Amino acid sequence: MVDEATKLSLAKIPLLKTKAGPRDGELWISRLKEEYQALIKYVQNNKEADNDWFRLESNKEGTRWFGKCWYIHELLKYEFDVEFDIPVTYPTTSPEIALPELDGKTAKMYRGGKICLTDHFKPLWARNVPKFGIAHAMALGLGPWLAVEIPDLIQRGVVTHQEKKDSGAAS
Amino acid sequence: MASPTVAELQQTIEKLREELKNEKQKIEEIKGTTKRTRITQMSSEVVDSNPYSRLMALKRMGIVDDYEKIRDFSIAVVGVGGVGSVTAEMLTRCGIGKLLLFDYDKVELANMNRLFYQPHQAGLSKVEAAEKTLREINPDVEFEVYNYNITTMDNFNHFMDRIRLGGKVKDTPVDLVLSCVDNFEARMAINTACNELGQSWFESGVSENAVSGHIQFVIPGDTSCFACAPPLVVATQTDEKTLKREGVCAASLPTTMAVVAGFLVQNVLKYLLHFGQVSYYLGYNALQDFFPTMRMKPNPHCDDTHCLRQQRLFQEREAAKPKQEFTEETEEEVVHDENEWKIELVSETTEDEAKAAEGDKPQLTEGVTVAYTKPAAQAEDSTDFVNATEMSIDDLMSQMKQL
Ligand SMILES: [Zn+2]
Repeated sequence: MVDEATKLSLAKIPLLKTKAGPRDGELWISRLKEEYQALIKYVQNNKEADNDWFRLESNKEGTRWFGKCWYIHELLKYEFDVEFDIPVTYPTTSPEIALPELDGKTAKMYRGGKICLTDHFKPLWARNVPKFGIAHAMALGLGPWLAVEIPDLIQRGVVTHQEKKDSGAAS
Repeated sequence: MASPTVAELQQTIEKLREELKNEKQKIEEIKGTTKRTRITQMSSEVVDSNPYSRLMALKRMGIVDDYEKIRDFSIAVVGVGGVGSVTAEMLTRCGIGKLLLFDYDKVELANMNRLFYQPHQAGLSKVEAAEKTLREINPDVEFEVYNYNITTMDNFNHFMDRIRLGGKVKDTPVDLVLSCVDNFEARMAINTACNELGQSWFESGVSENAVSGHIQFVIPGDTSCFACAPPLVVATQTDEKTLKREGVCAASLPTTMAVVAGFLVQNVLKYLLHFGQVSYYLGYNALQDFFPTMRMKPNPHCDDTHCLRQQRLFQEREAAKPKQEFTEETEEEVVHDENEWKIELVSETTEDEAKAAEGDKPQLTEGVTVAYTKPAAQAEDSTDFVNATEMSIDDLMSQMKQL
């Protein structure tokens, strides 16, 4: 079941209106705008609630998304790259969110570092097409996954804390 | 001890060279005698050297009229994992004309609980490894292999083109598409492509707990498509609540996968070579050895507009058919096999949710259920939605970056 905190933050994410995927031309542009609006609102909500936990951006077509997510465990921040493609069947099917750095480190992943979603994610998504978007997938999919898996990975010593990555090196 | 002299070392090298040459020769000899050469005409001659004799015997036994026709067919196999690789091998051994293989995955040692791939192939792309093995088994088969993910924008159009133009005769469609993928996204992508193209295809699948599976024959407009109903589940009487995925995504068994691949190819052969009856849906419950079958009509309210278009076209074709031929068989919507299991909804769906579900739930045979239900559309409070915006995509992208 979805926990109360997730439910609460989910309820505050605006819903989307346009049922369109990347093959739908102008309609996809409308959808993409809605995606960004919902994501911006969600990140703002998270900041206000002192629970800022990810950043995302996309290519200009909005078909490929990438960014960072982080998780605080015992006052230490663990940061991971996030990436996913928008499938041609979106939004009927949800995006498959991946954390490529963790590929092969946990059984709760499919190949390529795609996170394994809980049994209720897919039904919930299916019942909410086209109202749910990327922000909802993050809140319902990746958020709870990190909360369960990262402490476990840390405990098993598979993930260790690193000093902040040299942000100047990448561009 | 004294170090060997240069002369001694030269002698050793010479000896090793000779040994290597002999070994190489042996390998060449083995290859030469075991490599199967191409065969231009399938023969029914019963000799040790004829790889088709037992298949051609199907004609003599009166099962198949024209077995050689198998060489005219082209089949796209999407996903060459546990089910798809075995499917492709069966079709190759049957002497299919052409295979198109699609998969973006690599062979891993973690796949070795399944059939077909071997440890030394770890690291190779699955399509590349499969093509190599299959060509050795039967060099008469033509291959096209694509190492990519069909669900992304970049690849989807190419995938559609290969279905449309990948037939045995250049620039004709393939005869069938077989879905042997392991995820909802890829199944839906195949469904989308086949609805748009009016391409018949088989869906196949094995449950994540490895103890049930199914095949489903989709003829766009005629039978239910993958989007017509929520995914179907073969009920195995396992308590869904106790069946928790302790630290894993999915289990797999070579047995269940091989059974499903066998069902799939059997029905492909029956369809292509016109023998027996093709199953439109065939489920496999491995725990009770129970096999529900049924035929489902397409949903007149399907979400996929191309499914609706294919339904109209099908109706038109049916109406145009001469009437008198046969007394039209009353289409069996559901075949009620004898079984004692009740349709049960999975745990996450409450009674109320089920009641609120849309009217067009599929009629299912016993032992098969839907993975979930969708609530009836209801008016939403418009304040919950994103507001119309004057901002451009670029504005929104930069606002997002500045957060
Ligand atoms: Zn449909």
